[in-house]
Amino acid sequence: MAGHPGSADPLSPRAKLAVTAGKAAAAVSRAAGRGSGSVIGGKVALRLDPELLGRLATHLDVVLVSATNGKTTTTRLIAEALGASGPVVSNALGANMPAGITSALAGGSDARFGVIEVDEKYLAGVARDVAPKAIALLNLSRDQLDRAGETRMLAEKWREGLAGSKAVVIANADDPLVVWAASSSPNVVWVAAGQEWKDDAWSCPACGGVMQRPGDDWFCGECGFRRPAPSWALSGDYVLDPHGSAWPIHLQLPGRANKANAASSAAVAAVFGVPPQVALERMYQVQAVAGRYDVVQFQGRDLRLLLAKNPAGWLETFSLIDPAPAPVVLSVNARGADGTDTSWLWDVDYTRLAGRPIFVLGDRKLDLAVRLEVAGLDFRVCETLDEAVQLAPPGRIETIANYTAFQDLRRRVGN
Amino acid sequence: MSMSDNSLRLVWVYPDLLSTYGDQGNALVVERRARQRGLQVERYDVRSDQPVPTSGDIYLIGGGEDRPQRLASERLRRDGGLQRAVGNGAIVFSVCAGYQILGNEFINDLGQREPGLGLLDVVSTRGEGERCVGDVLGDIDPQLGLPELTGFENHQGITHIGPGSRPFARVRLGKGNGTGDGTEGAYNGTVFGTYMHGPVLARNPLIADLLLKLALDVNALPPTDDRWYEALRSERINAAQQPA
Repeated sequence: MAGHPGSADPLSPRAKLAVTAGKAAAAVSRAAGRGSGSVIGGKVALRLDPELLGRLATHLDVVLVSATNGKTTTTRLIAEALGASGPVVSNALGANMPAGITSALAGGSDARFGVIEVDEKYLAGVARDVAPKAIALLNLSRDQLDRAGETRMLAEKWREGLAGSKAVVIANADDPLVVWAASSSPNVVWVAAGQEWKDDAWSCPACGGVMQRPGDDWFCGECGFRRPAPSWALSGDYVLDPHGSAWPIHLQLPGRANKANAASSAAVAAVFGVPPQVALERMYQVQAVAGRYDVVQFQGRDLRLLLAKNPAGWLETFSLIDPAPAPVVLSVNARGADGTDTSWLWDVDYTRLAGRPIFVLGDRKLDLAVRLEVAGLDFRVCETLDEAVQLAPPGRIETIANYTAFQDLRRRVGN
Repeated sequence: MSMSDNSLRLVWVYPDLLSTYGDQGNALVVERRARQRGLQVERYDVRSDQPVPTSGDIYLIGGGEDRPQRLASERLRRDGGLQRAVGNGAIVFSVCAGYQILGNEFINDLGQREPGLGLLDVVSTRGEGERCVGDVLGDIDPQLGLPELTGFENHQGITHIGPGSRPFARVRLGKGNGTGDGTEGAYNGTVFGTYMHGPVLARNPLIADLLLKLALDVNALPPTDDRWYEALRSERINAAQQPA
């Protein structure tokens, strides 16, 4: 482990210098108009003291959160819940690689808890560096295949990285890849959090056999790898705790996926002694997360801003939007942060939008146009959000975009 | 074939193993363009624990990760249905991992030489350098009478073509088969293989039409309104030519 809390002050002079230099770099970056500066600050600090991340974490009870979808929201929900027991530091803005995490922790010297979203590819390394007390694993599915590599390999890396961890792992029992990754760990709390998207786990992660999926259950017919018995569960609008109590969920955040995130967050909070009713009550304060789910006014219309980055995310999003004939604006880019391959659009079942007026935007609107034409849907291709909003018939407009397209939309509506 | 009953049997092979890169779009495009020509389409999605039907007209196989690729090759060899279908004159269009499986041999996830189905005279090895990732622009074999090829590649494989198959295309931009000679994909008779994702038939709808013409044994098909495909093609062809 990096760093030993031998003294009352865990930060050595070198680490303190690194934190100060990092903050200075972040301030310069902000002054230059290059964003919040959290990543550049972290990079400078880590260069001066490569073990800084571990040192910063020694005085914290650290919770790591990783997944393909729902990391940022769940990190926020857990941070709210643990706030019942003490001050929390968190990378709330979603800077989830080591530099951004370092920067976030450097800002919270009086915190008791560190609630940290971690990019899937960095989970094993960060888990080694910060000795977390708990790790929440929500789901794994295809995402940015041109740069993230392959989903099962990611599960394999999690599995190797978690094998020696002392953390309590809170893992989704309904995602076979997550179960495979988590079951190398000696201390797992299984949460039946559901997973609508199933197309990355038809092949057994243990032996390659064909997975059988009767109802909500799943098992491999060949090697016996199967769904573990959960101690927590999401059941409709309720969280079921290990004592059999059912707690109603009244989130402001919409959709089944966020109820699942709340169930996992309640299980994490319980590890730290926060009871589910207290944890859930605190989660209800969350209205939007980094712009996601925000309802904004634009050109006299209500727009709800929804982020969906990959097939599993789009599937969950389709299940929470207003029913037809609510108008829908779709925007897709393929810049670096989105992944440059748009093939994933063909794994999204756009026929779920049938009956809604559809407006298409973004750098890759023509890929979307062909996708929708092959799905047999009517749509309008627009140059700008303004044009789409002007053309949209009455009703709240559901605006669904992938990563950089979402940032573009937020800028345009002044969110 | 099936023109008499006006139906087309479309088989999507092993989506449980080989459907990682949006290649199911190829099935959606073929299905859509067949229906636009008034055909009844019966689509069969065949999982790897089910037998591959031998009476299909068009078979599509997509790309996948290294281990599922080995499992797919093992199960297809054991099943034998796809080889029998080709013997019956069926059309096969394969992408990436699926393309390698149709060849004589490829390198599996364990680093070993894995036999393929021998439906294409190609042998695939694994490249030492960086993965080939990015937009591709190429010219399809003039014998096939198709416009330029646009697609997205994402692979580590290198595929050598033997005398029994022809290159499907020559790349102007991108790596293709990765052999350094500019070839991309391979075909012989009614069996096609390519490294192109995109999905490739959404980027190149006239390849989908070629498969339909071969299946129906006709020289021409009624025209379709292809303006969105055309707009996408021009954009991607231009984008491929811009410096990154």
